[in-house]
Amino acid sequence: MASDLELTPNSYITHHLTNLTTSVGEGPFWVLHVDTLVMSVILGILGMGSLWLVVRKATPGVPTKRQAFVELLIEFIDTQVKNTFHGNRHTFVAPAALTIFVWVLLLNTMDLLPIDIMAWVYENVFGIHNWRNVPTTDVNTTFALALSIWFLMIFFNLKVKGLGGWLFELFCTPFGKNPILWPLNLLFNVIEYVSKPLSHSLRLFGNIYAGEIIFLLLGMWAATGVAGSFFSAILGAGWAIFHILIVTLQAFIFMMLSVVYLSMAHESH
Amino acid sequence: MNINFTLISQAVAFSVFIWFTVKFVWPPLLRAIEERQKQIADGLAAGERGKKELELASHRSSEVLKEAKQRATEIITQAEKRAAEIVEEAKENAKIEGDRILVGAKAEIDHEVFAAKEALRRQIADLALAGATKILRREVDAKVHADLLASIEEELK
Repeated sequence: MASDLELTPNSYITHHLTNLTTSVGEGPFWVLHVDTLVMSVILGILGMGSLWLVVRKATPGVPTKRQAFVELLIEFIDTQVKNTFHGNRHTFVAPAALTIFVWVLLLNTMDLLPIDIMAWVYENVFGIHNWRNVPTTDVNTTFALALSIWFLMIFFNLKVKGLGGWLFELFCTPFGKNPILWPLNLLFNVIEYVSKPLSHSLRLFGNIYAGEIIFLLLGMWAATGVAGSFFSAILGAGWAIFHILIVTLQAFIFMMLSVVYLSMAHESH
Repeated sequence: MNINFTLISQAVAFSVFIWFTVKFVWPPLLRAIEERQKQIADGLAAGERGKKELELASHRSSEVLKEAKQRATEIITQAEKRAAEIVEEAKENAKIEGDRILVGAKAEIDHEVFAAKEALRRQIADLALAGATKILRREVDAKVHADLLASIEEELK
């Protein structure tokens, strides 16, 4: 912001919502959001790495406090998966759910860091002007996750039911086997397949993005004077506390939906 | 807010993390948890077994106790019976002994009486003899009447 000599609400919000980009090829698609990628990879390594460090020395005897914590987390996830998914969950679905929950939770939690202090740190410590530190406010992240789940869904559909079984399901469910109903069934299923990743990703994105916008608006209010600073501090604290719930809840919902989609792919209607 | 290459990079990162979790995070902890579950199950089973054994042992001990009580009662009854018998026997013995002593005493008394009578008779004989001797001293020659005296003496004795 130091470089923003003219500080208007517009420039303030634009500054906070601009990614650090780098071009990797021709055209508008071949652009990489460096901040999103770097933050999510760092957080992923942090999350999975710390789990790995604990789990590496896991003992069946009396567990250390850290191991007990990780066990709580894993058993929590495992219970959720067990209630939804009725196959051998340990080979893929449960660990995937753990990854999603931990990773998305960490990504969301970055939203709780005070935006302007972080912006100052990035500006003055790292010399980066535009740096968004919440990867889940980047629609690319949520779409990447949702589409990965979507492809896994199709993969498991093919793997469990075979191409024929899957096509049968596409054409003959949910309304019936009658050939007259085939187009209707197909239309219904296509809509379902399109809406799944959309709702899946946009729910997470919308919640976290909206949360960030609220923080930005409160930050702008703080710029109006002493009273504004006072109220924005109080409301910001309140919103942050409430946001702890949203952040966790959204990570949980995202994980649960992934598990539900994957188990639907494993089961015939 | 536009979709771009970030999506692909994030998807790759996501798959790498999933792979990592599937490979390195989930299995060791699951193993540990399952191992512990087994240990706990074993422990519970052992506890159950111990409880059952304890129950059995207490059952047995109560049985033994009951038996012992019964035996004790039997023994006491027997002892009482025996004691009564002994007392009865002692009474019998005492009576027999008393009778015996009584008979002995009677015999002794008889004997004493007989002896006293005998002594008395002898003394009376002596006295009579002495009296007779005194009376006859003057007129009777001891030598002449010796056989008379002897017969008197014989008679008196």
